[in-house]
Amino acid sequence: MRKFETVEAVAAPMDMANADTDQIIPARFLWRARAEGYGGLLFNDVRSAADGSQKADFVLNRVENAKAEILVADRNFGCGSSREHAVWALSDAGFKVVIAPSFGDIFFNNSFKNGFLPIVLPEARCAEIRAALARNPGARMVVDLEAQEVRGPLGVNDGFGIDAFEIDPFRKELLLAGMDDISFTLSQQGAIGDFEARYEDAMPWV
Amino acid sequence: MNATKKRTLFDKVWDAHVVERLPDGTCVLYIDRHLVHEVTSPQAFEGLRLAGRKVRRPDATIAVADHNIPTMGRANGIEEEDSRIQVETLERNVAEFGVPYFPILSPQQGIVHIIGPEQGISLPGTTIVCGDSHTSTHGALGALAFGIGTSEVEHVLATQTLLQRPAKNMLVRVDGVLRPGVTAKDIVLAIIGKIGTAGGTGHVIEFGGSAIRALDMAGRMTVCNMSIEAGARAGMIAPDETTFAYVTGRPYAPKGEALEKALAWWKSLPSDEGAVYDTTVVLDAAEIVPMVTWGTNPEAVVPINGVVPDPAVEADEGRRVQLARMVEYMGLSVGQKMTDLAIDVVFIGSCTNGRIEDIRAAAGIAKGRKVAPGVRAMVVPGSGIVRDLAEVEGIDKMLIEAGFEWREPGCSMCLGMNPDKLTPGQRCASTSNRNFEGRQGPGGRTHLVSPAMAAAAAIAGHLIDPREFT
Repeated sequence: MRKFETVEAVAAPMDMANADTDQIIPARFLWRARAEGYGGLLFNDVRSAADGSQKADFVLNRVENAKAEILVADRNFGCGSSREHAVWALSDAGFKVVIAPSFGDIFFNNSFKNGFLPIVLPEARCAEIRAALARNPGARMVVDLEAQEVRGPLGVNDGFGIDAFEIDPFRKELLLAGMDDISFTLSQQGAIGDFEARYEDAMPWV
Repeated sequence: MNATKKRTLFDKVWDAHVVERLPDGTCVLYIDRHLVHEVTSPQAFEGLRLAGRKVRRPDATIAVADHNIPTMGRANGIEEEDSRIQVETLERNVAEFGVPYFPILSPQQGIVHIIGPEQGISLPGTTIVCGDSHTSTHGALGALAFGIGTSEVEHVLATQTLLQRPAKNMLVRVDGVLRPGVTAKDIVLAIIGKIGTAGGTGHVIEFGGSAIRALDMAGRMTVCNMSIEAGARAGMIAPDETTFAYVTGRPYAPKGEALEKALAWWKSLPSDEGAVYDTTVVLDAAEIVPMVTWGTNPEAVVPINGVVPDPAVEADEGRRVQLARMVEYMGLSVGQKMTDLAIDVVFIGSCTNGRIEDIRAAAGIAKGRKVAPGVRAMVVPGSGIVRDLAEVEGIDKMLIEAGFEWREPGCSMCLGMNPDKLTPGQRCASTSNRNFEGRQGPGGRTHLVSPAMAAAAAIAGHLIDPREFT
């Protein structure tokens, strides 16, 4: 896994509460090989019209967001299924961070396993940032994991702020080190083996 | 841990599985049962292969194909190339890593959340995971069961553990007695309508109260299944005599002395008197009526005698816009009566409502009646065993004679990964769990209902209170 470094990039605002994983990546695409990439399928059914053409007004279809790496979303982002493909689709499309007032638990968890950072900021502040980005298309923001800060939108007289965010220290350490957690857990083999021996004794039917 | 601390059901199961607690509170949590299916596992096995790792506990792992397999003519092989490749990949992976597998033509095959309890693989007090969010179903047995992503599937395969932080405790109590004709599905839809799709986020929900205690295991599984639709990764119900009677005698369940020992632990699991919950919600069972969703998430739910709500009365602008979008997507008009909505398709099945009890409920309504002209009605049993049992009981005949399709087990139209899909604009009464935009096929319109209401809608040709048929 790549080390998570400070991101300074275009931020795209998405005013859509409860953006669920079926919207982020519809189930009918889930069979594709990981190597083929899911980026082109991100929000497939939301971004395209019935005739297959791209909806010009969908935020991720706008030219100024073509290189966006930060998504500023609404509450309960990534609710629904456990499919990690939702994180892969965002990540393959170039996103490194999603900022939202709240997340679906499984999506939130899956994000960290892919070096992808979900950040919780207050609902009102997320709305303010989205509004500022809508008024200033293509504005950039900074996400500094080391300092646990979101800064921006930059270079506009509108909505700028420095927002501190919380993150589990353990998850932060793994992200910054680019360490996958299987390697970490495998280093605890001894403890797992001891547990299994005790457990087998106490609960032989399991 | 303070020995005198009053603990909840969740606390007890959690504590029994902590291998190690890291300084920041993250725990290495031991996993007892890992259920694997064809869609979220290929990259996990690939990861093991690339790293030269093996499956730590093949004996604690069980694999089955359910998500994208066809539900008709399976004996002739899988026609769709994508599905066939995924099933073949799973079969290759389980052979290579020594993981037990229920082949697609065996009676044990079925939806992973139906077969776990059915086989006695899912047991009270265990930790159960699967790369599927509806793993919460198994919590009905008093297990801690939750969905995980593919990276975590790989993590469990390699280490038999997960890195987790404890969730918060939420109690949803449904007191009193349900009115006749009101089902477990109506209970859980009413709960989600009350607390919302993010109401349980960060929590494990324990369902309690006399109306929950009175449910059979199938009903309890329906309720726990939809915990994730309320935002909670897991739902749990304290094990009791109903649970023990259900588990006893199942193929993988403990027997004899082991069962006696297990029962002693299972009986200690219910939450201690005075245990503290972070959040408590109480519903009155007598107030719950048959429910139906009108919008595109499960909290957009109304009683069957209700109408499409008016987004304009919403104070919050974001919500107003979202509700208006739902009205438009679902092809509704404000104030329209739910019972006036004509139905094109009826889907009875899924991990929410694909058990024998659900199929009996549907057959009870269908018996001696006919599916309305122009309605396509399909019944997809949750497992080969459910299908065989229904055929022994003769309820397949009742459904077929009424005009329902009787299909082979799988996830089917719940998520439209196989050929069972809605076409754009089609309106479906579905016993599944998600009414998201496009969930059952692009442009499809899903109304979540109980098996009884789905069968009643098939007969009437429109949404209807199933109590009119009893």
